[in-house]
Amino acid sequence: MIKFTSRQDLEAYAGNLRGGEPAPTKILIGMSTCGRASGAEEVYRALIDAAQQHGLDNVSIVKTGCVGLCHAEPLVEVEEPGHPRVTIGDVDPGRAREIIEAVATNAKIPHPYTLGMGIYAKQERIALRNCGRIDPEQIDEYIRTGGYRQLASAIFDKPPEDIIETVKASGLRGRGGGGFPTGIKWAAARKAEGSPKYIVCNADEGDPGAFMDRSILEGDPYSVIEAMAIAGYAVGANKGFIYVRAEYPLAIHHLRVAVERARQHGLLGANILGSDFSFDLKMKFGAGAFVCGEETALLRSIEGSRGQPTVKPPFPAQAGLWGKPTVVNNVETFANIVPILEKGSDWFRSIGTENSPGTKVFALAGNVKNVGLVEVPMGTTLNEIIHDLGGGSRSGKPVKAVQTGGPSGGCIPSEKFDTPIDYDNLIELGSMMGSGGMIVMDEDTSMIGIARFYLQFTCDESCGKCTLCRLGTKRLLQLLDKLLAGAGGPEDIDELQTLGQCVKDGSLCGLGKTAPNPILSTLRWYRKEYDDLAYGGKMIYRIVAEKCIGCTACAKACPAECIEGEKKEPHTIRQEDCIQCGTCIEKCNTGAIIRAAAECAGAR
Amino acid sequence: MNPQTAEPETAQFARLAEFIDGLGLGHEPDERQAALIEVLHEAQEIFGYLPEDVQEFVAEKLRLPLGRVFGVISFYHYFTAEPRGKHQINCCLGTACFVRGAEKIIEQFEDTLGIKMGEVTPDKNFSLGTLRCVGACSLAPVVIVDGKTYGRVTPEQAAEIIAEYN
Repeated sequence: MIKFTSRQDLEAYAGNLRGGEPAPTKILIGMSTCGRASGAEEVYRALIDAAQQHGLDNVSIVKTGCVGLCHAEPLVEVEEPGHPRVTIGDVDPGRAREIIEAVATNAKIPHPYTLGMGIYAKQERIALRNCGRIDPEQIDEYIRTGGYRQLASAIFDKPPEDIIETVKASGLRGRGGGGFPTGIKWAAARKAEGSPKYIVCNADEGDPGAFMDRSILEGDPYSVIEAMAIAGYAVGANKGFIYVRAEYPLAIHHLRVAVERARQHGLLGANILGSDFSFDLKMKFGAGAFVCGEETALLRSIEGSRGQPTVKPPFPAQAGLWGKPTVVNNVETFANIVPILEKGSDWFRSIGTENSPGTKVFALAGNVKNVGLVEVPMGTTLNEIIHDLGGGSRSGKPVKAVQTGGPSGGCIPSEKFDTPIDYDNLIELGSMMGSGGMIVMDEDTSMIGIARFYLQFTCDESCGKCTLCRLGTKRLLQLLDKLLAGAGGPEDIDELQTLGQCVKDGSLCGLGKTAPNPILSTLRWYRKEYDDLAYGGKMIYRIVAEKCIGCTACAKACPAECIEGEKKEPHTIRQEDCIQCGTCIEKCNTGAIIRAAAECAGAR
Repeated sequence: MNPQTAEPETAQFARLAEFIDGLGLGHEPDERQAALIEVLHEAQEIFGYLPEDVQEFVAEKLRLPLGRVFGVISFYHYFTAEPRGKHQINCCLGTACFVRGAEKIIEQFEDTLGIKMGEVTPDKNFSLGTLRCVGACSLAPVVIVDGKTYGRVTPEQAAEIIAEYN
């Protein structure tokens, strides 16, 4: 492997990669975690075997990262010169052989995936620009697409202040959830006294339901590594850390390979490209503590201690790792840096909204047809994301709400889906951007149930430092359980509200300050569900007679045998024997079974 | 002989010592502390869990107080001071999995194995745990056994999955 010792070395190498033979037919297969778990490895082998059988030698079969259409994995894309790209979803070894046969005989590619193709139209892929397009284990592919040109240009053409100025002018805000302007962070770290300085990449993506950082690391690790080196040059740091969750083995593997390759090429390490700028990276692994996604806790964890947050100020930019100035940015933020330097801050500002320029990657999951990653300009409405890109609910029932921001966020009711999304609007609605997870829920989902789920999460994950977070979340959980058991009253709802506010006010870090959000936001938008519980007793299942066609599917499935009725006649549930398992709702073919508080379900 | 693995304990300690020496740590306490989590990951990989004698060994090798080592182990969910089963069954409890019925999957595993979450079967073959989101939300609900991901799991599949490792 060539070690570049000057800018010309890199340019010549990139020129060689781009020149030469015209691009052959490319067959890309998504091999991220979701792809592999859906059987992408067998598909890959089938593609290789079939290509050999057909004697195809002008075709390259490329393992790539996440394409974003996670629900249709394993995914294969075929790029033939002179033809539009064809995407094929749900590929099995049989389909793989058909694809190769079609390529070999110049026939039409079978089973093209068209359903979600509108998905690409609304998207603007900046952070995900290379995901699903390049082989993440090959640095050559990254260099071919123009990779490392911005690092070279930064080192040789621009004073560090210019780079910080460009990032500042772009208005890029931290994509990890807080939304703090990245350029201001960099400027503060550059100005701060102390040496050495550090660059830290927060890849501890802990929000359940968010997986964009994993996809970027798995699909395009070099973009993050290059941006970290640029940040190092801009603030005057020579050492960086990437803090990755231990739960992401494939991302760790791809990062390891990428760091090693970059070092071999002289793109990391001492005297990068023969300049007097040196920068190297070390990987650090999380050990399953959600609070370590909070930047001060993350720094303590890198130092090898318990990951407990510390008071800000001083901010990490002034006193971070071992008390030295430290820039902490998240994966998606770093992935935006190279395009900003390449195309300029005006270009970046032309996308998105005034106060939140650029795009945001959202992980659509839950009860939605097209589970996947979408990158859209800020200011896109929830309706466009959930209905146009997500295809609406998977169950076919009306969407009731969407949960954004993970355990720190809240539920947004469908009436508010025409709100353009940016940092400030989401806070206005009682939720937050968070890392960009979006969990879609249909009308069967109990909002109190979802609030309880998140509260249980933060209660388990509270580090225990602040009393209100440690004991307050526990007490909130007890109150919710009391309500759900039918033993609560209106006074418990009042206590939820006041105690929730106290936990927010009395906690040090983001975890505690936002832990009550799931309760407070559902109280705000779905007060009736709480009231039903407080006044009406426990939740029950009930069959709506007008909708029931008497197919007996529920009665057959009921483990407690408490559903009765004649064939083709509306059935009823014997409440005293019901064990609340919910099997009947799943089995019902007509959506005739509902779960509601006893009083409003009209059963008492 | 360590009951968790077939390897003799002395060989395991030797491997751990080799790993720590290979890190090339200097004398700075900060630097030694910073290596702690990495060393514990490796130790748990070798021993299967982190019993007291392993904790003492790590503390001594890194020249850190034993309390500091234990403090880190007790803080992070990933580390365990209790022996685990030969096979680790982990049910994802992320939001997407929760919305798609992860709780029923967990109940089914508990019933089939006759143990609760966090426990080990009497024959030491399985331990049952939960995981925070693994980010494979399109496959929800997800179960991971010894690093292998099972997607779109139904309660009926629990017995089949267990049978694969029996």
